[in-house]
Formats: sequence, C-alpha cells, structure tokens
Amino acid sequence: MYDVVIIGAGVTGSSSARELSRYNLNICVIDKEEDVCCGTSKANSAIVHSGIDCKPGTLMAEMNVKGNELMEPLSKELDFEFKRNGSLILCFAEEDMPHLKELYQQGIDNKIPDIKILNKEELHEMEPNISDEAVAAIYAPSGGIVCPFGMNIAMAENAYDNGVEFRFNTEVRTIKKIEGGYELATNNGSIRTKCVVNAAGVYADKFHNMVSAKKIHITPRRGEYCLLDKTTGGLVSKTIFQLPGKYGKGILVTPTVHGNTLIGPTADDHDDPESTSTTAEGLAHVCQAATRSVPSVPVRQVITSFSGNRAHEDNHEFIIEELSDAPFFVDAAGIESPGLTSAPAIGVKVADIVCGLLKPEKNPAFNGTRKGIVDPKKLSEEEYAKLIKEKPAYGNIICRCETVTEGEIIDAITRSLGAKSLDGVKRRTRAGMGRCQAGFCSPKTMEIIGRELGLSQLEITKNGGKSNMVVGYSKKSAQEV
Amino acid sequence: MDVRNLTCIGCPLGCALKVEMENGEVLSVSGNTCKRGDDYARKEVTHPTRIVTSTVAVTGGDIAMVSVKTQNDIPKEKIMDIMKSIEDIKVEAPVHIGDVIVANAADTGVNIIATKDIKKVG
Amino acid sequence: MSSYDIVIIGGGPAGLAAAASAKRNGIDSILILERDSQLGGILNQCIHNGFGLHTFKEELTGPEYAKRFIDQVEELKIEYKLNTMVMDIADDKTITAMNRTDGLFKIEAKAIVLAMGCRERSRGALNIPGFRPAGVYSAGTAQRLVNIEGYMPGREVVILGSGDIGLIMARRMTLEGAKVKVVAELMPFSGGLKRNIVQCLDDFGIPLKLSHTVVDIRGKERLEGITLAEVDNHGKPIPGTEEDYTCDTLLLSCGLIPENELSRGIGVDMNAITSGPSVNESLETSIEGVFACGNVLHVHDLVDFVSEEAAAAGKNAAKYVQNNCTMGEAGKEIPIIATDGVRYTVPKTIHVNRMEDELVVRFRVGAVYKNSYITTYLNDKQIIHRKRPIMAPGEMEEIKLKKSELEAFGGLENITVKIEEA
Repeated sequence: MYDVVIIGAGVTGSSSARELSRYNLNICVIDKEEDVCCGTSKANSAIVHSGIDCKPGTLMAEMNVKGNELMEPLSKELDFEFKRNGSLILCFAEEDMPHLKELYQQGIDNKIPDIKILNKEELHEMEPNISDEAVAAIYAPSGGIVCPFGMNIAMAENAYDNGVEFRFNTEVRTIKKIEGGYELATNNGSIRTKCVVNAAGVYADKFHNMVSAKKIHITPRRGEYCLLDKTTGGLVSKTIFQLPGKYGKGILVTPTVHGNTLIGPTADDHDDPESTSTTAEGLAHVCQAATRSVPSVPVRQVITSFSGNRAHEDNHEFIIEELSDAPFFVDAAGIESPGLTSAPAIGVKVADIVCGLLKPEKNPAFNGTRKGIVDPKKLSEEEYAKLIKEKPAYGNIICRCETVTEGEIIDAITRSLGAKSLDGVKRRTRAGMGRCQAGFCSPKTMEIIGRELGLSQLEITKNGGKSNMVVGYSKKSAQEV
Repeated sequence: MDVRNLTCIGCPLGCALKVEMENGEVLSVSGNTCKRGDDYARKEVTHPTRIVTSTVAVTGGDIAMVSVKTQNDIPKEKIMDIMKSIEDIKVEAPVHIGDVIVANAADTGVNIIATKDIKKVG
Repeated sequence: MSSYDIVIIGGGPAGLAAAASAKRNGIDSILILERDSQLGGILNQCIHNGFGLHTFKEELTGPEYAKRFIDQVEELKIEYKLNTMVMDIADDKTITAMNRTDGLFKIEAKAIVLAMGCRERSRGALNIPGFRPAGVYSAGTAQRLVNIEGYMPGREVVILGSGDIGLIMARRMTLEGAKVKVVAELMPFSGGLKRNIVQCLDDFGIPLKLSHTVVDIRGKERLEGITLAEVDNHGKPIPGTEEDYTCDTLLLSCGLIPENELSRGIGVDMNAITSGPSVNESLETSIEGVFACGNVLHVHDLVDFVSEEAAAAGKNAAKYVQNNCTMGEAGKEIPIIATDGVRYTVPKTIHVNRMEDELVVRFRVGAVYKNSYITTYLNDKQIIHRKRPIMAPGEMEEIKLKKSELEAFGGLENITVKIEEA
C-alpha cells in the first residue's frame, strides 16, 4: 500500500509530488497519458501572473501571489526557463478608467509589488507597438513568463529522483474507500493507498464525486492559441493583457521564454474534457482580438495553433483541502488560471495537508536540485567545442529550426522519466517546435527514439496510445528481421 | 467519330490535345505545339504507356531502400503488375545506377533497373 | 581557421551546379557544406522520373539527375563536408559550422553561394483547425519516409494542395497500396504541372477538387478523418458544402518556403514576394560577394532551371574572386518592375555593364492566363511581346534580355515585365 497516490502528472500533481518527496513517504503519481504534462499543463498561456485580477481574500489570490514569489528560486533550483518580463493590462477607453482603477486597487489589496498605472505616453514608451487606442495601463513588474513543459517536467523529474514512482498509461476507473485508505481500480490493475491527492485537472470533479456526497462540477473551458514565428520576437517585451471581462483575461499578446510570440486564449465552455481541437472561429477571433492590443501582430507568421482546457470549477475558486466526508482524500481541484503560476504554492499546500494527516519523517536523502538538458546554444564556443569532443552527438543537428542536437534528444530520452514519443522529445528539447513543425526532423527523431528505446519504427508514436507515426512497410521485403 | 481530349505529358507545357478517332483509328490530332504531342496523343489513345518508378529493399546498404524504374515505358495497364513483381525483391548492397533488379518484369520485356547508388556498409 | 575562395552552403542541385561551374571558371579553392549524409539534396527522395529534359535531353529520376552532378563534383575534385550544419555567417563572411567529427569550426570565405533550398509550409502555418493527431504530414516528409526509409505513413489518404510533391505522392502512395481518396486544392487551379495531374491523378482515378480546403481534422491520437469544404473567391469556406472523409493520413502540399534563416542572419535584403534574397544580374545579394541560387532564391518548378541558375551563380562568384573581390564598375542599377500579373522577377535589378550578353529573367504569374502576351518595356518602349497559349502560377516563365539592346537604349531608367491579355 502506498502512502500517497497522486492522480495526475500535470503541474499540480508534479509540484505536489516533488514537495511530498521531501518526506519519507511511499508515493506514486499516476496519469492516463504516456508522459507528464499532457493535459492543461501543456496548453496554456505560459504566464506567471502577478495576481492583480484575483479576488482579494480568495485561495486563488493567495496561491497566485505565493506561486509568483516561489517561481524564480524554483526555476534556478530545478533549471527551467523563467523570465520576469512584467505585464501590462490595457485600458482602451476613458470610460473604462474607473474599472482599471478598481483593478489597480485590487492589486494593492492583493499586495502585488510595485504596480502602477501608466498614462498613454508612458505606456507607449514602454511598448512602442501597443495600439494607439490604449489610453492607459496597469504595469505589474512581477508578471513573468515560463516554459510550462520545462517547469512540469523539471518538478516531475526531481520528484522521481527523490524516490517518487510514476505510472503512465494508467487511467483510474473507480475509487473505493477501504480499511485504512482507498483502492483505485485502473486499467492496469488496482492500486491501494492511505491517501489520495486528486490533481486530475478537468477530471478532478469525477474523482471527487466518487468519494464525496458534496458534489463539485468542473467545466472544460477551451482556450485556443496561435504561436508566431521567432522572427516576431521583439514585437512586445511585456505580457499584454486587455481589461478582463466575464470569461477570463481576454486575449493576450506575450513573448515566450523561447523568443516566439503567443496570442490567445479564447474562452469557450463545452462538455468534452478530451476535446482539444481548435476551431476556425476561435483561431480567427484570437488573431483579430490580438490586433486590438498590438495592431501590427503579424498573424501570417503563425507557425502552429493549439487548444487546451482549463478546469473551471463552478465557484471559480481553487479547492485544496481534505474532503470533510472523505478522510485522507485531498483535492487539488478547480485549478484553472492562475494554476500554472500557483503550482509551486499549491504543491507546498498539498504537502502540508498530507503531512498533517500522515505525519511523516523528513527524507534525509532529498536533493532539491535538478539539472536540465544541456542547451549547447547557451554555452560559450569553447565549452560547446569541448562538449562535442566528449560527446559527438552534440555536433549533429537534428532539428534545424530550433537547432536541437542529437545529444540533447538522447539526453531527453535516456534521463529520468525520459521521453518515449515525438511529443515527449519536443516538450523536452523543442525539436519539432520551430517553423517547419517537425517536417524535416521527425523521421530522424523517430530513428533516435527507436534506437535508444529498442523500438521498431512501427511502435514509435507521436504522443502514446494509438498515435503511431507509420503504419507499415512500403514493401513486404522491407520488414526488419 | 469519337473525340478524345487529352493533356499532353510530353513536357511541362501540358498542351490540350484533341484526338479524332473512328473505329479505333486516329483520324487527326490537334492542339499540340510540337511533334512530341502528336506522338503522345496517338500512343495514348491506342496503347498508352508509362515509366514506373518505385523502391526495392536493400540489405547491408547505407540506406534501407534503393530507387528503381522501368528501363523503358511499359503498357499502362501493367503498372500494378510491375509493382507486384518487386514486392518481395530484396537486393544486396552495393547497388549501382543501372543495375538490373528484375529482368523482363511482368513479362513486359522491360527490365527494372536501379536509379541510385547504394554503398555497402559494415 | 581554414579559408576558401568560395564556400557553397548546401549540396543539393543548386550547390552542386554552382560548385562545378565555379571550378570550371577557374577557382580551385571551393568547399561545399551539406547538412545531410549525402550530396544531392531533396532529389534523393524524388525517385520519380521527369527530371533533366532540358539539361540532358532525357528523362531521369531525381537520384539519377543528382548523380550526374555529384559525379562532376567528384571528377572536378571539389571538396565537400557532409552532415555539417552551418550555424552562422558573420558580416566578414566567416562561416561557423558544426559536425560530429570537426565539432564547432570556422571557415573564412571570399565569396559565398547560398544554396540552402526550401522547406514545406506546415499545417500550423496553414492554421487548419481541429485536433493535432499523428498522421498529418507534409508531403515531403511522407516522401522521405516511403522512399528512403521504406515505411508507409498510412493507408487511407487525403492530400491537401496540388503542388507537384502532393501529386507525386498521390501516385506513390497508390502504387504502394494506399487508397488516395481525394486531392483538394484551395485555389481554382492546380499548383502543380499538368502532366503530373494526368500521370499521378487521372491514371489512378484520383479526384482533384479545386477551390476546396480542409476545415476540420479529427482524431485524438491517430488521424481518423477530415472535413473538406468548398471555398469562395476569397478562399473562405462556404457553409453547407462540408464533406467528411475517413482517412488515417493527411498530406499537405501547400507551397514551399525558401529557407533563408542564414541569409537573414547576415542581413541580406529579402524579396517579400519570393521570400528569397533580392538579387541583381549577377545573382548577387545586397551583400557583395554573397550569391544565391536555386530554391533558396525563389521556388522553381523544374530542377533544370535550378542547375542553370546555379551555374550562373557559380560563374559569377568565380568572377568576383578573380576580380579581387569585386564585380567591377557598378554603373547604374536598373530596377525590373514586375506588374500586371507578373508577381516578381529574378533578378530584381540589373547593372547593364555587368550583365552577360544574354540574361535570363525568370518570373511567375499570379493567375491563369490564356492566349496572353509576356511583354517587356525599356522605360516606355516595348521590346518583347510574346504570345503564350497558357500561363499558370505553378510554372515559371522567362524572358531573355540582350546586353547590346540595353546598352544601345539611351537613358534607361527601368525595365517593366508584365502580362498583357489578348
């Protein structure tokens, strides 16, 4: 029997796992997908919010502000990309100024550091490409951008290295209260645990409702995005929001930590948590609405579009607590935006709750430091040359667009919780994430995955399950012996 | 009288050809801008032919497949027979351009030849 | 640091022809840098025939065509490095490159020929809505998988885009046992060669739907189906025309984009229409001694023209080196104005005193023209008025300018190339 089973290997589950790995606990993270970071955590704005727009006094506000503070030290400890680039909330009409000022006051109440209202002149000086229609803005220097994959993967890897077990392709079907804990029936057999952490994103209501009479309801809220080519890199330096409306934070325009520009998201409630399709209307809306903030957004430079589902709970509040009618069942539910920002703080809070229940000893072997995949682009020429000499695979470029080497891809596959699919390699190394969208590198990456994992090319998938890249041989005689 | 409208494949120009026929005999060809168009039209309406290109598996080479073609054009209706004739063929590296891979493929009297050099490795 | 007179970036058809030509024009110190494991570039996977009718007066397959130029490079003893990626070109023409054996290294060049080719427009760039399952490939990626590696990307195929690679892959997949259900094309005309429509689609009864596009992609893991819809004159889908297709593979053949990351890096001026560098009569970019040819300059329809253009670039690079790193007296730079159906011209400007006796100017038209005239004006004086039965965007057109005629013309300010309809 495990001490703790965490359902979900997204940012919430992985952060909780890492925080819990500080203790002597027998922990298992299970996820229905083939890898970490396959749900909401992989398809979002990649923003570290300042926390201005959270309602003061809510758990959401508390987690946001704490998560924002924790992000920088965590990014150093775990070696993932984070940049405090600051954010702006634009006001487009004089008559909306009272609303902007209310929001500013809310930011003060939430104790967001150093925020101020910029007049039109100051705003345009800070961001020359902003629309002339913008009359003022709130500037929040604490706003930031992060690589969501990098962060999620780093937390999971570090948890793994500190003894947490991960089981993938494992879908929880039912949860039953048993003597001294819970039994989870999955497609891969049953799993017993003293304590459950429900970090299941858009499915968190399903698991909550299996054990509690006090039902919750989560709506998948689709957000569609377009990612622009790196040639658009200098378009804006801050994350540009529009004054929020009923459905979240409006369409934002932001640089990414890797130098692209991201625009989105839409907000569209639906009822299929598995549906991550984009729509013609949604993408058109994103492109159109982004030009309201930055009229020169080059929407012809889109290199890919995607959609993710936020786990919107009916009361629009994070639920992070032990259930009153299900002891030792801890929810981390309703984690929608600012969930990515809050993840470091949520992990700490979940760990506090679980430790309160299980009263574990500290894990003396805990090592909170993790080194990411070496990015040769960040080395000096001498260091790079030395690296290639030691490991020639670092001299072999596989992904031309993002200049990713074979060495990095091998590392991504062979390290802790390594990649097993093309998307897994992509999220860890960016191979295939550039302007040709894997046109050139996918056959080569497939070959490397096959070689490193001892798989036939027919077994290589895009993202696990039945997402096989090729379906057979062109000639009977071409079959491998 | 039958009229067949064709697009010439003799060169990238792709002339629109009109062939007038009676009882299987070509009466006239029009729309062509060169002699090749006339030849193509007459052949296409009586006994159309094609070059077939494909690949064959290689063992011991630097790549897995060697590209091949029919050395000359073959009757169009034999295309899939040609494909069948190379389905199970496996050749050993090295391979040189022009090497005969299958002689008299599908009884067309035409050989299938390699169109790429494959180096032997290992 | 090693140094060469001419470094050629890319060992595909353009790079090979440029190298051979530079050598024949008297330059010994030449290096070709190729990122793949073999010379020949994309021709290695273009196993179909139809190459070389202009150059060799016979129909060759891609690998055979490539071999003729590889043999020249070998016979001329031109140096090349395979599996080598050029990372950067500095202002002073110092090239930083990398491979497994040499590691990171620098090369000095007197002249550089850009011959990096092009890439395919991706699904993302087309912004097609829907899911993102496995089974959506660019046609060229599928071509590599089938022809080089021997795998089938799928069994039931829809192809979007009637560019030549898409048409060729329709036949290729059919021959290898797949069912190609339809080829859809956004435009009201095909982007590919007519002979490919006949040989690759008509021969196998594959329907071509013009003015159609993909409006939805289904399947969470592997592609399960797509929806096609007819589009209006502005390329917008017409509601009510949607048709669902079950398929496990969607191939995209929706245009090629010159790969000019390195060119942008050194700061050459780009032509927004071609997405390639703007070049003058010597195929020289805005940076002296940096030349461009082949698909990195503008996307060609036939490889024969790539070879021809690259030979000119190689010759000019040789001239530049032999002339102490200058193309000589510049004289006046005359712009070529592309208008009235002519989308662009290569070259874009001409120094009359530097041009060859006869200069080929290549261009593409923006729509299908029947029985129209290619016309050319020196200032307002018409010098060319040539009837063409048919012109289409999928095929390149050319005019030839004579140095003597341009020299004899007094007060030349500009040259205009346009289409005049009958």
